[in-house]
Amino acid sequence: MRFVPHTEEERREMLRVIGVERIEDLFADVPEAYRFPPLNLPEPLTELEIRWELEALAEANIHTGQYACFLGAGAYRHFIPAVIDELLRRGEFYTAYTPYQPEVSQGTLQAMFEFQSMICALTGMEVANASHYDGSSALAEAVLMALRLTRGERPKVLMFPTIHPEYRAVVHTYVQHLDVRLEGESGWTLHQLRQPLLLLEELEAHLDAETAALVIPYPDFLGRVLPPSRLRETADRVHQAGALLIAVVNPIALALFEPPGNWGADIVVGEGQPLGIPLSFGGPYLGIMATRMAFVRQLPGRIVGETVDLEGRRGYVLTLSTREQHIRREKATSNITTNVGLMALAAAIYLSVMGRHGLRQVASLCYHKAHYLAERIASLSGYEVWREHPFFHEFVVRTPRPVAEINRILYEGYQILGGYDLGQADPELAGHMLLCATEMNTREELDALVEALGEIGPAREG
Amino acid sequence: MPEPLIFEYSVPGRRGVEMPEPDVPEAPFPEGFLREDLPLPEVSEVDVVRHFLRLSQMNYGVDKGFYPLGSCTMKYNPKINEEMARLPGFAQLHPYQDPETVQGALALMYHLQEFLKEIGGFAAVSLQPAAGSQGELAGILMIRAYHRDRGEGKKRIKMLIPDSAHGTNPASSAMAGLRVVNIPSDRRGNIDLEALRRECDETVAGLMITNPNTLGLFDENLMEAIELVHRCGGLIYGDGANMNALMGICKPGEMGFDVMHYNLHKTFSTPHGGGGPGAGPVGASERLAPYLPGPIVAIDRERTVRPDEPVYTLVWPERSIGRVRAFHGHFGVFVRAYTYIRMHGPRLREVSEAAVLNANYLLARLRGIYPVPYDRLCKHEFVIMGKVPGTPVRALDISKRLMDYGFHPPTNYFPLIVPEALMIEPTETESKATLDAFAEAMRRIAEEARSDPQRVQQAPHTTPVRRLDEARAARQLILRYVPTSEPRPTLAQA
Repeated sequence: MRFVPHTEEERREMLRVIGVERIEDLFADVPEAYRFPPLNLPEPLTELEIRWELEALAEANIHTGQYACFLGAGAYRHFIPAVIDELLRRGEFYTAYTPYQPEVSQGTLQAMFEFQSMICALTGMEVANASHYDGSSALAEAVLMALRLTRGERPKVLMFPTIHPEYRAVVHTYVQHLDVRLEGESGWTLHQLRQPLLLLEELEAHLDAETAALVIPYPDFLGRVLPPSRLRETADRVHQAGALLIAVVNPIALALFEPPGNWGADIVVGEGQPLGIPLSFGGPYLGIMATRMAFVRQLPGRIVGETVDLEGRRGYVLTLSTREQHIRREKATSNITTNVGLMALAAAIYLSVMGRHGLRQVASLCYHKAHYLAERIASLSGYEVWREHPFFHEFVVRTPRPVAEINRILYEGYQILGGYDLGQADPELAGHMLLCATEMNTREELDALVEALGEIGPAREG
Repeated sequence: MPEPLIFEYSVPGRRGVEMPEPDVPEAPFPEGFLREDLPLPEVSEVDVVRHFLRLSQMNYGVDKGFYPLGSCTMKYNPKINEEMARLPGFAQLHPYQDPETVQGALALMYHLQEFLKEIGGFAAVSLQPAAGSQGELAGILMIRAYHRDRGEGKKRIKMLIPDSAHGTNPASSAMAGLRVVNIPSDRRGNIDLEALRRECDETVAGLMITNPNTLGLFDENLMEAIELVHRCGGLIYGDGANMNALMGICKPGEMGFDVMHYNLHKTFSTPHGGGGPGAGPVGASERLAPYLPGPIVAIDRERTVRPDEPVYTLVWPERSIGRVRAFHGHFGVFVRAYTYIRMHGPRLREVSEAAVLNANYLLARLRGIYPVPYDRLCKHEFVIMGKVPGTPVRALDISKRLMDYGFHPPTNYFPLIVPEALMIEPTETESKATLDAFAEAMRRIAEEARSDPQRVQQAPHTTPVRRLDEARAARQLILRYVPTSEPRPTLAQA
């Protein structure tokens, strides 16, 4: 039996020590009617055979290393330096669990402390947790945190309409049986969606004594970055109303743009996948969550703190665990226990090896390539690009034919994985495509996309 | 020597990875948008490699030795799993690719759903939840939605939870807006049926059962408990953290569980990653299947031409509670779990048998050395009391001393119903020789407790750091690196 080391002789000896005759005797307490049901599973494969099977399944997919990819929409293809996987594959890291025993877990604990420090550096916040599942669940937890911080007396949460639609969906799932109203996210016209500053004003007008929080994406789902100076005013208005400002960020964008800590955000969440984590069909990714020190006791999840050992040496431990489920049970700040530690480690290694300079370079390359692409597409007849607001590495294009149709031609005729069909997110945005460019897209790829879009053009008559 | 923080290696101007120069014209940045500083470390690649390698050496993992952390199933993680998850055809897929371009990935998810259905005896499975506790939240939301649809949503607000349950059970229930009612355990470690009966009324949303429970015992009152709750209109939630005892032994779905989460990182050998990523798929009975979180993978009947060449697609369960995360779940974890299940097939029963054999053997070896509060046949884990009569030594001391003997400690001080609890889960991948060596270390620690208790109380003595001052950490709250004016250590000093 693979991975079970016992010989028949050892098994017999162990049963003798236990004092039973057969293995089956160990299950006498299982109700007989249900005991030992057949397991109708395919017969076992050897390592060689499973490799064949999985290679065949993997080859049945078209991957982003084969076709040029312009999909973003919350999951981004970035360069991953070789050192990351090399280090992640240290068995001491990936075969350990939550560092409950700090004396034999200093590696994980110190790496998490460094991760927390780097997330604070990126976001401009004072404290970060050791990760959440992903960006969307981190946002849901941030909303719950804001409700607690306003003592449950404010049932309303204002959600900017161009937050990632799946993030909004997750918030809805989390609060569906609580006394909470989510407002502001839907019912906008195409015209309004095109004007983020107008949306901001509208949402600010709904701030009142019932509001627990306003959630702002930075950049938004459509790639746009709101002016930090304007967001500073928003923060003031939110705080005057006694509410909290939650920002949903892309960490790569924060290498360029004024971090939310500087413009007054109270809680910052985001998807950390761009920080050295493969696309992997959507997961596992990395939820980022940071806040101000004043709110640390309501921050969910693991937090690592510095201390000293018996001999006065610096060391790290899980701290503030009285917030957590294993101590507080139903009064805990969250039910989270296992987070995504290894992904946080990947991000810590990524941010270390890219450093201040490398991360800026990555963000700048994304910015320049996306702007080059946007400008070239804008010159094509039949396409219109939303360019009136600053954007990072994604932008909206109105297409002359249904997006699904264009994507099909791109895929079948040009070996290109086209953009995200925004009609899926909001019917108002039907006929609009969200395109993303990162440092991974070469100029040849960008030009090939432009050329293909030009050739595809409007549908031919008849 | 403690390892400096990566920030302490930083030298202005030093670089790790260099990126190419832009191959497109540079676009101007908008004015007033840019940040000034970016206080990340400035280090070389070799700094990074050595730093994190040294950190790894301060860690203990399953690859290093025995890790009997109860309730966590720290079994060996097959290396083939890692390679398969990294195949470019999996690792480089974008979640929003057209289903037509990701049929292999969807097939894998579909079959994993089917395997988990078969192992747990459920009608349907959703792979969405990111971890066990998120699976719990999803399951409880499903129970709430079910009652709501029957016009009982406002009435059924009470979740019954045994006092031996994981802390996540009450925490997840509270997040779903339910009131938690604790059910005590009886003298044999089972759910106290009398106490349960008293709480069974028309306000019960459900009962959360961990079986085997956190004492490692198969609940002898299980069938009666399920019937009591079902009879009053409540549903049964199964905490599948302990599924490693049950594969091919019994199927919770067949026994009346309505919804259960699986922990792929426990039962199905996907690595624990120093605290995740895990994955917490949820299985549901017929009546709860329509409420599963979505999307899930199904065969696209319209586009399937030949039955032996199914076309897969993502669909929404009819009355789904919604998404619990963006995209399709922890796919990289699914690849590993799929690999593991395919390598075992129906022989997964032997995995559970060996896990239970190992636990009972180790229990037999430790009996007589340490008190056993609930002494009967255990399943995949068991609980002893970390006390040596007549000495001041506690469970914590024993745990720390085990490190000096080269072992990871068991889970300590859980479950809460056993004072000085040490919860030991050996898993099936450990040999008799390893179990013997651990039992011998435990015996010697008990001896030391009598002859030299201070040595045990001050343990560990051989780890990179000694006992750490947790109270101080909580008081001073240093939660991130803040640059100081002190000179930075150089590589040579480190």
